[in-house]
Amino acid sequence: MKGFRYLRNVVTLELRENACIGCGRCVEVCPHQVFRLAQQKARIADRDACMECGACKRNCPVAAIEVDAGVGCATGLINEWLQERKLRAPGGSCCS
Amino acid sequence: MATKLHFADRLGAWKARWGIGRMTYLVPAGLYAIGTPTPDDPVVVTANYKMSYDLVRQALAGRNVWLLVLETFGINVWCAAGKGTFGTDELARRIEATGLAQVVSHRRLLLPILGAPGVAAHEVQRRTGFGVSYATIRANDLPAFLDNSMVATPAMRELTFTFRERLVLVPVEMVGALQPTVVVGAVLFLLAALTAGVSAGFWVLAAYFGAVLAGVVVAPLLLPWLPGPSFAIKGALVGLVWSACCYLFANGAGWHVTTTVALFLALPAVSAFYTLNFTGCTTFSSRSGVKKELRLAIPAMGGAIAVSALLVAAGWFL
Repeated sequence: MKGFRYLRNVVTLELRENACIGCGRCVEVCPHQVFRLAQQKARIADRDACMECGACKRNCPVAAIEVDAGVGCATGLINEWLQERKLRAPGGSCCS
Repeated sequence: MATKLHFADRLGAWKARWGIGRMTYLVPAGLYAIGTPTPDDPVVVTANYKMSYDLVRQALAGRNVWLLVLETFGINVWCAAGKGTFGTDELARRIEATGLAQVVSHRRLLLPILGAPGVAAHEVQRRTGFGVSYATIRANDLPAFLDNSMVATPAMRELTFTFRERLVLVPVEMVGALQPTVVVGAVLFLLAALTAGVSAGFWVLAAYFGAVLAGVVVAPLLLPWLPGPSFAIKGALVGLVWSACCYLFANGAGWHVTTTVALFLALPAVSAFYTLNFTGCTTFSSRSGVKKELRLAIPAMGGAIAVSALLVAAGWFL
């Protein structure tokens, strides 16, 4: 996204290129232009731009993409940690 | 249905932006007609948050389009897709419930790109026979998309986060921060007023509220111009500037050195916390990145607050 870059080398996105069938869905759904299609194969062109929304993983028909997608806001993550440590009742998240 | 927004729609949107009745601001799910669509006209899918629905119907004014509204319980497309309510199951269910296959002759649905985290296009195809095309990110681009033979240009696929787009998010963040801020502010005021007099209480209160506003309002608005990728550091920098303002306005030269250091530690920590929270409003911060920031920032912020409190306490005895 123009003008905005987040932390580098933290993203969990993985693409198994040998499983890819080159359908181009990941290119279509990614709002940060992380993927490029070349010679009937997708490849990760800009990993650090990924926000781990999980759209590519969800829409990949051959399950070639792996990413730890989920709640990404500070409040949501703090609540997750508190729930894991049984310090807070499960249920409530950030944008309810 | 109408494509022009009236005063009540605009008032409703304004209220939702300020968090008033935001969780009940919705329209019934189902199939709506914009203009007088025929069985050949396109089907656009959206969420039943009234602001989402209003944006889409307004953008499509003067056209003939079917609008399939999913039950997302009044949550916008992006957040509902993350939770899965704007998802494969609900889409398949809504296609079935509305009898869409009998209404239109084609088998193509146009979905917002930000709905993709919840919807598996290949599964929708398999279960309903409808093919999914992810159209644009913004509803505003839908007319241009339709006129471009339903092909999205790179600009229609690229996220933006303009000053205005950040500004509209600020009110609801302020409302969210209000309750803890009032509680903490009251405690700080009492502590300062009891130990150093009522006027000191008001100064402390003003300094604290300023630090919250620096983190909730100023840092998000200045986001792209503040240095570095870290939200916590961006917030801390604005908090630091605010600390300097306090020092100048409140005649900091006359303070004890412990008070000065405490102020320059605590206020940036408060701002940093609130700016870090703004990651929930952005569409470029990754879950792994926020995790990493939290692991570093929470001990740093907690440490700064603790040292600051110790310094203030020490100042009483020096």
